Amino acid sequence: MAEELTIGFLPLVDGCLPILAREHGFAEDEGLSLDLVKDVSWATVLDRLLYGHSDAAHMVAPLAIATTLGRGRPAQPLSVPFVLGLNGNAITLRSDIAERVGTKGKLGDPAAVGAALAEVVRERESAGKPMRFGVVHRYSSHNYMLRYWLAACGIRPDRDVEITTVPPPFCADALEAGEVDGICVGEPWNSVAVERGAGQIVLATAQIWRRGVEKVLALREPVLTEKRGAVERLIRAMCRAGKHFVDPANWEANAAILARAEYLDGDPVLIRRAIADQLLLTRGDKLVHFPDFMFQYREAANFPWVSQAQWLYTQMVRWDGIAFDSADAQKAGRVFRPDIYRSALIGTGEPLPGASSKVEGSVSQKTSVTTQQGTMTLESNRFFDGRVFDPTHLAEYIADLD
Amino acid sequence: MRIAIVDESAARASVIREGLASLDDCEIFVVTERRGLVAQIGEIAPDIVLMDLGNPSRDVLEEYFAVSRALARPIAMFVDESDDESIAASIDAGVSAYVVDGLAAGRIKPLIDVAVRRFNAFARLQSDLAEARGALAERETIDKAKRILMDSRGLPEPKAYAEMRKAAMDQGRKIAEIADAIVTAHKLMGGK
Repeated sequence: MAEELTIGFLPLVDGCLPILAREHGFAEDEGLSLDLVKDVSWATVLDRLLYGHSDAAHMVAPLAIATTLGRGRPAQPLSVPFVLGLNGNAITLRSDIAERVGTKGKLGDPAAVGAALAEVVRERESAGKPMRFGVVHRYSSHNYMLRYWLAACGIRPDRDVEITTVPPPFCADALEAGEVDGICVGEPWNSVAVERGAGQIVLATAQIWRRGVEKVLALREPVLTEKRGAVERLIRAMCRAGKHFVDPANWEANAAILARAEYLDGDPVLIRRAIADQLLLTRGDKLVHFPDFMFQYREAANFPWVSQAQWLYTQMVRWDGIAFDSADAQKAGRVFRPDIYRSALIGTGEPLPGASSKVEGSVSQKTSVTTQQGTMTLESNRFFDGRVFDPTHLAEYIADLD
Repeated sequence: MRIAIVDESAARASVIREGLASLDDCEIFVVTERRGLVAQIGEIAPDIVLMDLGNPSRDVLEEYFAVSRALARPIAMFVDESDDESIAASIDAGVSAYVVDGLAAGRIKPLIDVAVRRFNAFARLQSDLAEARGALAERETIDKAKRILMDSRGLPEPKAYAEMRKAAMDQGRKIAEIADAIVTAHKLMGGK
């Protein structure tokens, strides 16, 4: 008798791994029966997780940490044994602004685009109409990536520009109606905005941080303890799904599956583009190939690096305006559970890194790293401004950010 | 007490409004339009906001409550205040409630109870309606299949029905399924 697991998700391309684990029978091979519950807001995905409607959930990584630390609601410890993917988001600006700051026909250099944007920001400020950006959630990587980029380009969020929450399905609408000037969202929603002529893509978040943590699989800590065996089997099934997802031979079929009404209920052509790392920056233009736009498998992409959870914590401190607290920093780091990931994959062909934490942004060329199992070569994981995040010096890192 | 009901379904909003109208001392506002949601809530200055779990704007509202300095009194999801049982009931029913800080639990509970009951009643109504529609569609299909058998094999009506019932019993399926198969086959064979 297959053990049942209920997993909540939002209809986004990066919700793909649990969906494909079910559709291709990888979960079944592990003796699991997955029940997938679709919702339309992160608040509801979280509510279902906290009140036991679901065992696990597709979640924006910072929200798992915010929930554990009790930001915005009473604290409930969550655990992340698996990262569902890195990056996969883009910044889309209203066309008139994109034309001033972007590089026609290709993705621009983040520093150059930022410098040009800073001029628009000053103009809008002096006209008394500050620019507004939409992100999908306060506690999302989208928010932190956008803010990181803006701040490093001399544009101070909350002072020079407003950043507000816009649900993904409304992003194109909000751009079109002029409610916001730009959005930072995952696929297929940038492409939907471009196809509707509501805006142009100017940057991929993978340009801001080449290997930035994005969605995670989150569970309540007690549920992880209670269903540990099933969760480990789920991890193996999702790893297989990741391998399948990145293989070009499967792109067409996987796009068709994800497009179905019960999953994304979207356009398979747009979904396939995202899977294939292709972006249509401007309506009517040629597709641009941006390698590792989405990052679901290579380099143990799904490994929950403690350092990545701690980087998210530093951004929470920075943008929520709270004081750095080393106990909270530790708690945030412990949300990510590399021990579970290792235990699930030991003895399989999947590589396992030797360390569980790393200096983020320090790799600028192919570097092989020591492993517990298999071989692993990391490629560039740089932040666009060259800053390096050393998790053993959290307080200094935060102090050094303006 | 000022209550805002945020629901993209005007029908459900009015069912809930009607339920809450029976409570004393409640002023009720319904917001069905997504655009300008935050500004509307700001104007209403509610003590309680009810919103269905299927509304994509929940994240917008939660952010507003968390960061807005426009509100004199902070609002939080009522999970802060209430007992677990009524929270679970509201999540099950598909409604979330946001309550201003300091509102007495004794005033919140009856209101949440009414909202939950109304949400459940509305969901039941919808499933009854879907079932009734399904039953109607089944009857139409059975009639159509009967007509096909009568025309193509020259059977009288009771005999045509009996044939379908026998096939259903033999195969352990519902008559509607047999009828559906007949209609589909007939269409494939070029019939109308």
